[in-house]
Amino acid sequence: MIDILVHIVIALGLPPLLLGVIGKTKAAFAGRVGAPFLQPYYDLARLFRKGVVISETTSWIFRAGPAVTLAATLCAGLLIPLGRHTAPISFDGDLVLFAYLFALGRFFTTIAALDTGSSFEGMGAAREVSFACLAEPTLFFALITLTRLSGTLSLTPMLNHLDLSVWLGTGAALILMLAGLFVVLLAENSRIPFDDPNTHLELTMIHEVMVLDHSGPYFGCILYGAALKLFLLGALFVNVALPFTTGSSLADWLVFLAGMLALSVAVGVVESVMARLRLIRVPQLLVAALILTAFSLVLVVR
Amino acid sequence: MNRLTLLQNGASLARRDIPVLHGDHFLEEILSALDHGWRVVSYFALPEGEGLALYCVLSLKADATLGVLHTRLDDGGFTSLVPYAPQLHLFEREMAEQYGVIFEGHPWMKPVRFAPPLATLPGFCPTGPGKIGIMDFYRVEGSEVHEVAVGPVHAGIIEPGHFRFQCLGEEVMHLEISLGYQHRGVEKLVLGGPYPVTFRQMETVAGDTTVGHGLAYAMCLEALAGTRVPARAHDLRGIGAELERLANHTGDLGAIAGDVGYLPTASYCGRIRGDFLNLTAEICGSRFGRGLLTPGGVNFDLDALTVEKLRRRLLAARDELTNAVELLWDTPSVLARLEGTGVVSKETARELGLVGPAARASGLNRDIRRDHPYGIYNMTHIPVVTARAGDVYARTLVRWLEIERSLDFVEEQLRQLPGGGIENPVGSLGEDRLAVALTEGWRGEICHVALTDGRGRFERYKICDPSFHNWPGLAMALRGGQISDFPLNNKSFNLSYCGVDL
Repeated sequence: MIDILVHIVIALGLPPLLLGVIGKTKAAFAGRVGAPFLQPYYDLARLFRKGVVISETTSWIFRAGPAVTLAATLCAGLLIPLGRHTAPISFDGDLVLFAYLFALGRFFTTIAALDTGSSFEGMGAAREVSFACLAEPTLFFALITLTRLSGTLSLTPMLNHLDLSVWLGTGAALILMLAGLFVVLLAENSRIPFDDPNTHLELTMIHEVMVLDHSGPYFGCILYGAALKLFLLGALFVNVALPFTTGSSLADWLVFLAGMLALSVAVGVVESVMARLRLIRVPQLLVAALILTAFSLVLVVR
Repeated sequence: MNRLTLLQNGASLARRDIPVLHGDHFLEEILSALDHGWRVVSYFALPEGEGLALYCVLSLKADATLGVLHTRLDDGGFTSLVPYAPQLHLFEREMAEQYGVIFEGHPWMKPVRFAPPLATLPGFCPTGPGKIGIMDFYRVEGSEVHEVAVGPVHAGIIEPGHFRFQCLGEEVMHLEISLGYQHRGVEKLVLGGPYPVTFRQMETVAGDTTVGHGLAYAMCLEALAGTRVPARAHDLRGIGAELERLANHTGDLGAIAGDVGYLPTASYCGRIRGDFLNLTAEICGSRFGRGLLTPGGVNFDLDALTVEKLRRRLLAARDELTNAVELLWDTPSVLARLEGTGVVSKETARELGLVGPAARASGLNRDIRRDHPYGIYNMTHIPVVTARAGDVYARTLVRWLEIERSLDFVEEQLRQLPGGGIENPVGSLGEDRLAVALTEGWRGEICHVALTDGRGRFERYKICDPSFHNWPGLAMALRGGQISDFPLNNKSFNLSYCGVDL
């Protein structure tokens, strides 16, 4: 019971901190002090206090988009186990729901963007869905590999099944899978090298350009939902990458938190040491990630 | 060729010495000069007697010579040369807007600045200012073609301009750029001058090119008044101009790095740009060099202590900048973004008459500091840097190499400042004269042409900012490229909006 409460508190409270850590890491590489770790929380508080401007050409879809996306992401947060504990909701086949809750969120973000009728947002929506087509199979290959290893279709037993012995047995496959998952993590969360979350240049954006017309609390929902998505996909990555239990519940939580913070630093480092890809090259990298996870499946199945 | 009236950069001649050519001969001369390696640096009109006088100023780098052609129109009709010489495209559109000249055969006649006509002459019918930005744009039709309109209000804090893309998916088939949102009427304000405030206005033609435009204006006045500028002032002007180049090129390198999402170089260059601006402030109290120059010389002298301080800080900035830019060249993902993006071929660059780093990146070897030397550049030559590829990488590389040359130049000049005064008085301007001044600002060739009337006042003052030549280059760089590469291309040109809008 306590673990479920901790799960919910962490899943709700931690995500913006990851963005703060990424920002600090990038600032350190650039020789700047950077915004405070808690800046994303201040930004959200500011947005939720603000008013909203809504274009007359939009319909209810525009307003529903951020809410549905956030709700879908929150539901996904209940399905994934954090730090070797049991997820609040767990049933056979929940991994399909987990993957498609993100797809539902993306669907509503893109139709809300198309609803504005702006050429920018249409362009962003087209980019988002075409890249998502390539990112989604990667996620599924990874989940299928894990299913094969653990013999279950539910996320909690599947991820908690991984321990050092599994790693010693199929380490190569898991490393390939982690590489693929890391690429998907960056792509799905519009990080460099796929997208630049800090740019103001509409023509180069993928994700940001779809939400240009949202403001105030709507935009707050979108930013919070994006942080949550980063947290959840990161949690999947950390669960695979840290395959051991300490035996103590508290220590497990601490190891998990340390893993998430380390992952944020890693994302910040990647963003600092490389430039964005040319948009036309993005599919190539996504296909490479797809192939990595496909190979991991082959290694496990053979 | 023999009908050209020749003069040197920064010189003036009596207007009566420029023969009035028949319109056909005027056009023939322009075309034949262009065939023989000349290029048009300015082409403008002013009311003269009953009709309209057209002046075309050309430059020949081989002989370091400028040539002036002059004709007179009695009614509004004239032949367009744009089909044969695309570099005249905007000049003709400008004259059509300012005086109502109808250029027959011009392929794309539209307003440049949406400004009211400068004068309405009998026989000419200017169309008058349209609503700003309201006009037909080039359109590509087709079910899969879509149009993307950007600006004039942008997401960042930049100048207003409108960009209209015709796209097939992510590929840009055509880009049309429409400016004019910042028209202030600078050329009109100057008429009847020079006034005490004129120099201040000239410094703000393009705010980031204060020294470049200020110097061109000062050279015009000095040419018209016959003033000799002291050697020490020439030196200080050169230092001011090169510091301006250093600051802006550094800022551009940072902005290019920022656009590809490469943070370290973006952050460091942003700061080091400030260091260069502060060096200028050390000399004259203004980070942008406002008030450094004055017609006849400079306003601020350097004492030995300041010179030492400048040299020390310049060395430090050089080290830091070298480190920051080396990071850029050492990162494959950055190079992958820059190479092959936004290619402008040498042929296109020549036809459009591109200038400055953009032209040099496409392999055109032109630099006013060497081709038509003025001031300190008569004494000290700065090697001209060119590249061949014509892509964003080439424009970035040319900027970096020019930074190195400029640093060498400033360090050398600080070591060997000549003695003597820094300012000579400028007397009254000669009557009925024409003066041409070309300078190489950091964006490229800046051309000021001044014509005085019988009382030694400005009857026409024509400013041509390098951006006026280079905007079409940006449009061509995008053709067949990716729309997501537009911001990067835009940064690699980094053109001025207000310099065109005047």
